[in-house]
Amino acid sequence: MIKIVKRDQPSRAIFFLTPILAIFLTLVAGGLIFYILGFKPFEALKFFFIVPIADKYGFSELLLKATPLCLIAIGLSFCFKSNNWNIGAEGQLTFGAIVSGGVALLFYEQEGFYILPIVILAGAIGGMLYASIPAILKTYFNTNEILVSLMLVYVSKLILDYLVVGPWSNPEGFNFPETRQFSDSARLPLLFEGLRIHAGIFLALAAVVISWFVFYKTYLGFQMKVSGFSLKTAKYAGYKGKKMIILVFLISGACAGLAGVGEITGPIGQLHREVSPDYGFTAIIVAFLGRLHPVGIIFASLVVAITYLGAETAQIFMQIPKYTGQVFQGMILFFLLASDYLLFFKFKFIGSKK
Amino acid sequence: MIIDINFIGLIIASIMASAVPLILASCGELITERSGVLNLGVEGMMIIGAISGFALMTVTGSLIIAVFGAMLAGVLISTIFAFLTQTLVTNHVATGLALTIFGIGISAMIGKNFVGIPGKEFPVLFEGLKDIIPLLGPILFGHSIVFYFAFALPFITSYFLKKTKIGLIVRAVGDSPESASNQGINVRLVRYACILYGGSMSGLAGAYLSMIYTPQWIENMTGGRGWIALALVVFSTWNPIKILIGAMIFGGLTIIQFHMQAIGVRIPVQFLTALPYIVTIVVLVVISRDSRKIRLSTPSSLGKSFHKDN
Repeated sequence: MIKIVKRDQPSRAIFFLTPILAIFLTLVAGGLIFYILGFKPFEALKFFFIVPIADKYGFSELLLKATPLCLIAIGLSFCFKSNNWNIGAEGQLTFGAIVSGGVALLFYEQEGFYILPIVILAGAIGGMLYASIPAILKTYFNTNEILVSLMLVYVSKLILDYLVVGPWSNPEGFNFPETRQFSDSARLPLLFEGLRIHAGIFLALAAVVISWFVFYKTYLGFQMKVSGFSLKTAKYAGYKGKKMIILVFLISGACAGLAGVGEITGPIGQLHREVSPDYGFTAIIVAFLGRLHPVGIIFASLVVAITYLGAETAQIFMQIPKYTGQVFQGMILFFLLASDYLLFFKFKFIGSKK
Repeated sequence: MIIDINFIGLIIASIMASAVPLILASCGELITERSGVLNLGVEGMMIIGAISGFALMTVTGSLIIAVFGAMLAGVLISTIFAFLTQTLVTNHVATGLALTIFGIGISAMIGKNFVGIPGKEFPVLFEGLKDIIPLLGPILFGHSIVFYFAFALPFITSYFLKKTKIGLIVRAVGDSPESASNQGINVRLVRYACILYGGSMSGLAGAYLSMIYTPQWIENMTGGRGWIALALVVFSTWNPIKILIGAMIFGGLTIIQFHMQAIGVRIPVQFLTALPYIVTIVVLVVISRDSRKIRLSTPSSLGKSFHKDN
């Protein structure tokens, strides 16, 4: 007989093993879906997860997609750790891209070493400004941050649309919904000839290191952890709850804004309608899959980035619809949450003898 | 300038029509939340309902199968949420988000073969009465059965919660799962039922969009309505009748947008499209500002997992 027993303490080993289990289960379920759709499951999975990263170019593309995911997820982990549900990173990314793009357009005819830092800073500030809206409304008006941050995603995309179609559209652009190209000084340098991977990856890595330090070596990190466990305890300990809420939102907004900078000043070099294929939403999954741990998030961002590439490859080679990527992302989160059950409960085998 | 009185009637009717999916989804979610469960997957369940309804209509040709099939699809997809949050005790917020992401992906995957196919005409009731009474005629008559159901739903929901025994049980489970459980109520079962019911209403809301409101399949056609429906539940302070008012306001914003464009108001179209989202935020702020009032009307166990130790 098998009995389900509550664990005395959540298992730490299982805490880091379940993400792997979740990925495995997603592959099994994905294979099943491919089978139902009439594809050979193993071939489809190969095109989805192995073929896209089999060469140098593919690997560069993987890092290119993992960079914004990692950066945003690191920011989100500040929010999620302290029980703040910022799910509007997509909007903060977009607004960051708008502000930094606007600044880059001011310098479109100029060159100079000072331009890029200003553009990057502008993106971070843009993301912070946008994230401060749900933060302030939550702290001073008791408004649900989930709904506010999400509504702002739609608003930001409409602002971007207005700008690239209207006032910021390229005067010599034959009415295409895009801006002028930024000057070279406003672009993040590419790291290798012929590959699209750019210096934005260093921003992501810096975020990883800084967040690790903050989480595990500072008083702020400790406060966040306590607030995440119990808001009452945090209040009792006398932590400045409001300040912290605003701070974690600002950090998370800055990271999303920087991801936006990477998108427009990297390979694209201009603003257009779609600056992000929903990186801001996917990063939520990355943050959870990485267990809100900086190192975990690096691995998680690589795994989830494959679903983007895999979806493209599978569409080209097997005519598998590209939305399968999103289906995979949803499934990873489902399985991850489900396998959390093992953290708190264990199966006990009880022999038939008494 | 003479304003045709029937024209005003038509505008009001179109506002009501755009309020229908919001009312359906919000009333469903309201029951779910009253039982203490926060399901953020409304947008995902709605889009699944939209594609299921449209696909079934195209394949089977039967509107009845399509409508009920869409509701069933909503139930099925919400079963995932119910199983995870109730049986495996997962976090409501994260599970709901996963449901939305998954739903949007699956719907686009299924919908690939249905893009560009024209929809069918959905039968309307009392068409003949429309022109007989001025002003009220177009408002009251000539709508689909789903339309009438939607406008009755808040009242049914209110009656259910206030006057029936099962309604009382749902509220008891939402306000205090521990004491409900001590009274011998199966909390998990009640919550399962409320989640699946919410799923069916979101499914119906989606089917209304793809089969009646704009009869065709467009990717991502719910366009955030699921999230607005969630906001409406907060706006209503968990009172179904107020959902009606909220949904009419948002329906109005959507419709006014079209008319402003038509009469050539010089406001960028993007600003008008953003209006419902901005108003949602403003309304949420106004409603939530009074934290005591919100706390009094929010189901006390909303979003918190309940696990009965054996």
